[in-house]
Amino acid sequence: MTLLAVERIKLFSTRSPWWCTLLALALPIGLASIIAANSNSDFPLTVSLTQTGYTFGLIVIMVLAALAITTEYRFGTIKSTFQAVPNRTAPLVAKAVVVTLLAGVVGEAAAFGALGISKLIKPDVALTLSSSTEWRNVAGVGLVYACGALLALGVGMLIRQTAGAVSILLVWALLAENLVTLIPKIGVKIQAWLPFHVADHFLNGGEPTPRGRDGGPAAVVYHLSPWGSLLYFAGVSLAVLIIGIVVTNKRDA
Amino acid sequence: MIEAVGLTKRYGQTVAVDNLSFTVQPGRVTGFLGPNGAGKSTTMRMILGLDNPTAGRVLIGGKPYKQLDRPLRTVGALLDAKWVHPNRSARAHLLWLARSNGLPARRVDEVLELVGLTKVAKRRAGGFSLGMSQRLGIAGALLGDPGVLLFDEPVNGLDPEGILWIRNFMQGLAADGRTVLVSSHLLSEMALTAEDLVVIGRGKLISQGSTTDFIERSTENTVLVRSPHLDKLRPALLDKGFTVREDGDGTLTVSGASSDQIGDIAAAGGVVLHELSPQRGSLEQAFMQLTGDAVEYRTDLGGTDGVADNFVPAGK
Repeated sequence: MTLLAVERIKLFSTRSPWWCTLLALALPIGLASIIAANSNSDFPLTVSLTQTGYTFGLIVIMVLAALAITTEYRFGTIKSTFQAVPNRTAPLVAKAVVVTLLAGVVGEAAAFGALGISKLIKPDVALTLSSSTEWRNVAGVGLVYACGALLALGVGMLIRQTAGAVSILLVWALLAENLVTLIPKIGVKIQAWLPFHVADHFLNGGEPTPRGRDGGPAAVVYHLSPWGSLLYFAGVSLAVLIIGIVVTNKRDA
Repeated sequence: MIEAVGLTKRYGQTVAVDNLSFTVQPGRVTGFLGPNGAGKSTTMRMILGLDNPTAGRVLIGGKPYKQLDRPLRTVGALLDAKWVHPNRSARAHLLWLARSNGLPARRVDEVLELVGLTKVAKRRAGGFSLGMSQRLGIAGALLGDPGVLLFDEPVNGLDPEGILWIRNFMQGLAADGRTVLVSSHLLSEMALTAEDLVVIGRGKLISQGSTTDFIERSTENTVLVRSPHLDKLRPALLDKGFTVREDGDGTLTVSGASSDQIGDIAAAGGVVLHELSPQRGSLEQAFMQLTGDAVEYRTDLGGTDGVADNFVPAGK
């Protein structure tokens, strides 16, 4: 418990987490309001459509999580941390808990904020969470943010430099996974197992017309159920985090 | 007490610390002396469990650092004053450190008062001057009221007032019975601060012992004699086998003799002395003689002064 308080003090006594939090809320909610304002009978507003901007929030949350660890290396406070708590796993797990909780809360706030603002802009459209799929569309965002934060923390621990860690995360999430489509035939098969695609499948799987992140020619056929997809994404993230913690324990601080 | 046994750290082919063994006693300031790159900081990081030794071990009060429970209560350290997030306030920085070792927030205000930073406690640490950062680092080291303190080059870049403050502060800490280890690359600074010295060069132990002994052993001691009757004194000194150098203007420099011996000889011969003063070789010179072979990045340019001549290896 003490270490959770320590990591909470560390996180909120600098400015970047506040800015990232603000941005992670503003981007999805802002995009939802633009979409809602432009929707009409040809382009009807749905619950899942209000969540289109979740990717942007996810990216910002991952930047926040990566910063939470890489700035400690940048400014040497990681050494003070390990000096105060020589069992390195403990403060790293505490940091993961604090950052993941924050990511989850921000994710839920962003998702329900996006839904709420869409309702305000188009009060006559029935945006109710009547099915389990719609609940997943919205409430699932917080879970994806939390897992994304774990992944980013793991990458941050391994890379230790802000620029490197953030570039890897951005290229991975926004570029690399989508470029895999270009590989003939097996591209889409691989894509079905790429973490960010699978995370998207958790949120939007089971839609009549999958919105898909790829927008490529062939649709990706996922092999996991939506909740299985979340477990898969969480598993990959946790694995990267655990590798990060193990490596940090072995390395010189 | 700090006890290093066979401490070794290798980075690939480079040996940063080579089979280093030494002890640091409580109740006195121990200087950890060596040229830049001698392995002082690496050793200090190994003491704190930040770097893993390739071989050997270092114990604090009989335990490795990683086995200490709430270590800030046992060991306080200032390795680098810049290890602070620049956008975090001084108080917030100390607060998380205190919290991690179960120390009350009251203690944070106490140490801020102790180092004189109470007024700037709410300001971001990134805006601090070097002297203020150093004080903040010391405040962090003192948080847990530890019995063992480590400081890595604490006076580097400080103004004379800051240097004096830190020097007195460290001596005060040792006077309380604490174990204080201070690293430096300046012997003249250590001569004023430390009672004991651990001297290393290229990661190897060169000497361990009291500072006065070290300076005694490593500097050439001569005695300056001024007398109107040098013509009588000189043969008497030469008879006893001392080396005598005439400096002109009525003075002699005698090496190998103590001032007591010269005074006795002068009295026996009825020679009037106007001056009899022991001279001490420069500390820098002594230090360079001892660590000269142990400097990692030596230049070949410095061969013009007397010091460099002493480096010339036998056989050249």
